[in-house]
Amino acid sequence: MRELDVVEITKAVKEMCIEANHFLSPDMKTALNKAEEREESPVGRKVLSQLKENLRIAEEEMIPICQDTGMAVVFLSVGQEVHLVGGNLTEAVNEGVRLGYTEGYLRKSVVRDPLIRENTGDNTPAVVHTEIVPGDRVDITLAPKGFGSENMSRVFMLKPAEGIEGVKAAVLTAVKDAGPNACPPMVVGVGIGGTFEKCAILAKKALTRPAGEHSDIPYVKELEEELLERINKTGIGPGGLGGRVTAMAVNILTFPTHIAGLPVAVNICCHVNRHVTRTL
Amino acid sequence: MDKYLKLPLTSEDIASLHAGDSVYLTGVIYTARDAAHKRMSEALSRGEALPMDIKGAAIYYMGPSPARPGRVIGSAGPTTASRMDKYAPALLDLGLQCMIGKGKRSDEVREAIVRNGAVYFAAIGGAGALLSKAIDASEVIAYDDLGTEAIRKLTVKDFPAIVVIDSTGRDLYKESLKEYCVE
Repeated sequence: MRELDVVEITKAVKEMCIEANHFLSPDMKTALNKAEEREESPVGRKVLSQLKENLRIAEEEMIPICQDTGMAVVFLSVGQEVHLVGGNLTEAVNEGVRLGYTEGYLRKSVVRDPLIRENTGDNTPAVVHTEIVPGDRVDITLAPKGFGSENMSRVFMLKPAEGIEGVKAAVLTAVKDAGPNACPPMVVGVGIGGTFEKCAILAKKALTRPAGEHSDIPYVKELEEELLERINKTGIGPGGLGGRVTAMAVNILTFPTHIAGLPVAVNICCHVNRHVTRTL
Repeated sequence: MDKYLKLPLTSEDIASLHAGDSVYLTGVIYTARDAAHKRMSEALSRGEALPMDIKGAAIYYMGPSPARPGRVIGSAGPTTASRMDKYAPALLDLGLQCMIGKGKRSDEVREAIVRNGAVYFAAIGGAGALLSKAIDASEVIAYDDLGTEAIRKLTVKDFPAIVVIDSTGRDLYKESLKEYCVE
């Protein structure tokens, strides 16, 4: 049994909050460059070049890429051979978020109660998804999620008879409804299968897969490519101001489901698709 | 077409602005988002004055990240304007001149823009670091307890924005979608 002090998790989460909000991952930078090459609309190209300039300023001057530094979503894969010591795991993650958002000059965007709406003042709590896996390591993926795009996300409980065409229609509906609100060019995370909540978690997790990488399942890869092409025919474009690049990637994850159902979740992310992973 | 404009805009300025125009704004703008709009709406329903002179004012739907020491403001990009649709027509009828945000507006807001000769600008969503460079001064003037959602008086210089809904009611999002849709 390997022992791991949760202080290490706090330290990693703190650093990851600051890193994710100032330095966009290389896959997303590549995706933005490709978008700029492909865009035909003059206004669209101008928006994309300003987004690249924005990334440069964020890194050089340590100003968050976006003022909405998100609600911290944390995926933890905890090896079953790891013995966590030194405190409570969830509290350790939240302490990391608290320190990262306070010391990193990140915006505190979390309210304690969804209806009373009093700001917690330190961006806690995080939304933590924990999975117990084989091995003696802990993988932490942190994905601060902004709500301009989160608000445009959807769950569709399709009928099995609606099949793959139903899935395509659901994704396109969500993207078109989102339009300029979700800060395009977007990344579209899709979860297919499982249950009501499982497909939503899959869609969120799909957003953390590097843009440009595809599913290992051949038909899913084809579906990702077809959906990306069709989304880019909608004309929404960068900033929603018209153009050829509405999305930079469509990432799909699937899971077994029930004989009676075909759940589909569409989690839309803006061009600031922040995700960092560390292994402890 | 790029236009450099001083705030508050004149009625001639507003008449000359068309959906799709690129503008650079210089002058005073006030930040307000969800919670501040709710409070302003409650103040109005109690017959109280608003924290700023709304006549001719520009409101930026924005809640910044905290400023690092020695800096004016943190990241400062627009938030989704449609969440303020419930409150905007009443403010427009009181003289609100410019709204700066991102995303679609309701028909009620568009009608209030036309009725009052106002304008809705979009700033680039997710470009908060870049946009912060156009802000020269920032001061909380009301609702300090709301943190990032407090009302701030900003002094901006050449703040970049695009006319989305002009005073005739033309909507850039709808027009550009038609131009580039190939479905």
